[in-house]
Order: sequence, then structure tokens, then C-alpha cells
Amino acid sequence: MKKTALHPEHVRLQAKLVEFAGYEMPIQYTSIKEEHHAVRQKAGVFDVSHMGELHVYGKEATEFLDHVYTNNIQSMTAKQIVYGFLCMESGGVVDDLLIYKVNDQSYLLVVNAANKDKDFEWLNKQNTFDAAVVDASDDYSEVALQGPQAEAVLQTRIQADLSALRPFTFDYFDVEGEEFLISRTGYTGEDGFEIYGDHKPVRRLFAGLIERDGVTPCGLGARDTLRFEAALPLYGHEISEEITPIEAGYGFAVDFKKPSFKGREALLAQKEGGLTRRMVGLELEGKGIPREGYPVEKDGETIGHITSGYLSPTLGRPIALALIQRPFTKRKTEVSVRIRRRTVPATVRNKKFLSHRKTN
Amino acid sequence: MKVPKNLYYTETHEWVRVENSHAYIGITDYAQDSLGEIVFVELPEESDQLSKGSEFGAIESVKAASDLLSPVSGVVVAINEDLEDAPESLNEDPYENWIVKVELEDESELEDLKSAGEYESLIEE
Repeated sequence: MKKTALHPEHVRLQAKLVEFAGYEMPIQYTSIKEEHHAVRQKAGVFDVSHMGELHVYGKEATEFLDHVYTNNIQSMTAKQIVYGFLCMESGGVVDDLLIYKVNDQSYLLVVNAANKDKDFEWLNKQNTFDAAVVDASDDYSEVALQGPQAEAVLQTRIQADLSALRPFTFDYFDVEGEEFLISRTGYTGEDGFEIYGDHKPVRRLFAGLIERDGVTPCGLGARDTLRFEAALPLYGHEISEEITPIEAGYGFAVDFKKPSFKGREALLAQKEGGLTRRMVGLELEGKGIPREGYPVEKDGETIGHITSGYLSPTLGRPIALALIQRPFTKRKTEVSVRIRRRTVPATVRNKKFLSHRKTN
Repeated sequence: MKVPKNLYYTETHEWVRVENSHAYIGITDYAQDSLGEIVFVELPEESDQLSKGSEFGAIESVKAASDLLSPVSGVVVAINEDLEDAPESLNEDPYENWIVKVELEDESELEDLKSAGEYESLIEE
């Protein structure tokens, strides 16, 4: 099993370790709930060094990425970041990712660890352009510093004004003598940063944030509950090769103004009325916790399934994201969720579980 | 991990305490530690008939659901309703906080269960 450069810190902190995407990663340090609340209320730091980093560069890098990506690359400015999808012709998702624009001929793609090799192959297969794809994943360590106090904490280590770094932009910063690429992005629904650099400096920063600044180390358990509450998709759950971004409700990251891109026709057909199922939020009315894969029913018939569900740590209530057939996707439709032998009533709602918060 | 000597154990990490032909059933320290914070316990109902090895409820942690499997056969004579409001007590003291009390149907079934020593070697593997 692979280990990130921060692995010795996880051991020192006595994290509970699990296998994830081929890496031994911390699922929690002390408690998923405590780590979750730390990010909602203060600040938490995650080792996300398992994420893949692909460089795409060359004279036609922009054209190449516009061909394979659902969102618009041409209109990006340098140091901007755009979220989107690599889709197949069917509209199914190869991966969801952030693209960082360095300049017109150089981009950084940050992809899911479990999909990294598949993405690399996929990109190369689509590449009929004057551009090259390089897997630079082993060159980077990455941590995510997230929460309402993230900026204040990081500012104490940086001379430049961090408040000038807007959401979905990045820059290079000197942090106590080491250079890092820092973006104002995240996967928690809170303000925060993703910080990329060499292995040793990132490890030192991670340890320093915890030891000196009192930032809570957070594992993959809290990462999932946080992203879920913010209705951010997890590949293989809300989106997959079988579930398109339109069905999942992430059409904002699909730019149909682009005349062509991989998957455009299938996605456009869905957007223009061909949608048979859609992602919704569910609020359980009875006791029980809706888990991935549990059937959603209406009058005894299965109409879909749960894609992610939790007893929400923030709200204290059982909520879920579910992919269900139309017309049951209409708000306030009464449905039920099969939880083992029981049928628990639930109501269709929007996905804005944290409506009062900003979501990245 | 605590493994009290006076209990019987299953491979699926339940424990059994026998008192006057009744069995109290709970989950082990190892089980609660592996699950993490327990947030919900799905209990059977009183007078439900349990059969050895069958599912009779579930323990839910933040992360996942885990079935409860009955170590013995018998009728449920009591459920620990305190767990409905305080499921986390299974993390705090998994041996004090039993889940169900069952009237033993066949005491010979206890012979199939593991001793504390056998269970200890199982979880050390």
C-alpha cells in the first residue's frame, strides 16, 4: 500500500488508518464528529496528498482541454480555477476535477486518486492536439486547510495579503521560506485553501498548523460528511460513468455555449427535456440513517436509490442525496426509504442542506 | 481492548452474559472501537423471536451501518431503551450497556460460542 509523505504524522497523531485508493490514509484522528465540527466552526487540516496532479501543456493545451472538459477553458484567465467533468460520449463521467490555469499553454488538473490512472489514459486517448499530459502526482504533497478561521490561521505565516486571494483562484506564496501553490478552494462547503508543495515543506506545514496553531487534524471520515452536507459530489456516488452531471444536478459546470466537447450531445439532450431521473435531497421523517444504495420507494415501487446519506453532524437529522425518477423529484413529494426490514418515510427537498452558508 | 472473562463471545463481536437462563447480549469493546462513534441503534421489539445467527438489529456509526447477529435463539424479553436516546453509551461502556435480554431457548447453543481467551486471540489476528 502506498503512503503519503505525511504518513509519519498520522502515525504520530495515532490516527485510525484505512486503505483508500491504494493509499494508507487516516479515516479519523479522534472522532469524525469532532473533526467535522472543527471545520464548520474553526479550522481543520486534511492530508489530501493522495489526489492526482496531471500537467497538460503545449501550444494547443487550451484547445485540447476545451475538447475533453465540460466547462470553459478558453475563457479562463491565468491563476483561475474551474470545476468540471471529463465526460464520455454517453455523458457519463470519467472524473470530476479542478483545472488550474497557469498560462495559455500550461494547466494543472487535480483529479480523484482512484481515477488518476484512468484519467491519464483517457486524456492520452483523446489527445490529437499539440499538447502533452504528464502525471506529476508523485511530485506533490497537498493539504487542505478548511473552516471559517482558515484565512486567519494561514495569514500568520504569510506576508502577502491572503484576503486578496478570491475563491477559485490560486497563486504562489512564500510560507516561512518555502514556496507553495495555494488555491482558495475546498471540498467542505467552508472557506479555505488547498496547499500544494514539496513533500517535506508540506509535512512541516501540516505538523505546524496542528502543533503551533491548534488546527484540528481531520480524516477522510469528516471529509466525506462535510462534502456531503455541502451537496458536493463524490465520484462513484453522485456521479459516475452511469450518472451524468445533468442528472446529478451539476449542470453549472457544463458549458453548452461551447460548440463542441466530449459528451455534449448526450448532455444537451438530457438538459432539453430527456431527463428521466434526477438528484434530489431527502429529509427522513422517521428514525434511521439512509445509506448509499438503499432503495427509495413510492407506493411500494422502487423509484431510485440513495447516493450518500448520513445522520448530518451539523443538523443532527438524517438526510440524504438520492437519484430518483421523475416526477417524484418534485419538492415535498412524500417517498420512503427502505432501511433493512423497515420502510422509513421521507420528503423530497432541495440539496441546500446548509442554506445559510457559502459553498465553494 | 477489554475482554471480560465471564462472558461468551461471537466471531461477529457480540458478547453474551448468562443469568438464570436469560442472556444479555451486547457488542464488544473491539466492535465499538472499530465502528467509531455510534449514533443510532436499531433495536428489535419485545417478544420478537430471535434465532441463532440471524440479524436482530443494527448499530450505526457516523460512517456505516453494521448488523447485529444473535448469538443464541430465544424470545426478546427486554430491550435497552436507553440506547435510543444515548447510543454513544455503547462506546463509553460496551459491557455495562447491554442491547437485548433474551430468554434462552437452548442452553447448549452457548457451547458454540467463544470463551474470552478464544475471542482475545481472534481479535489479535
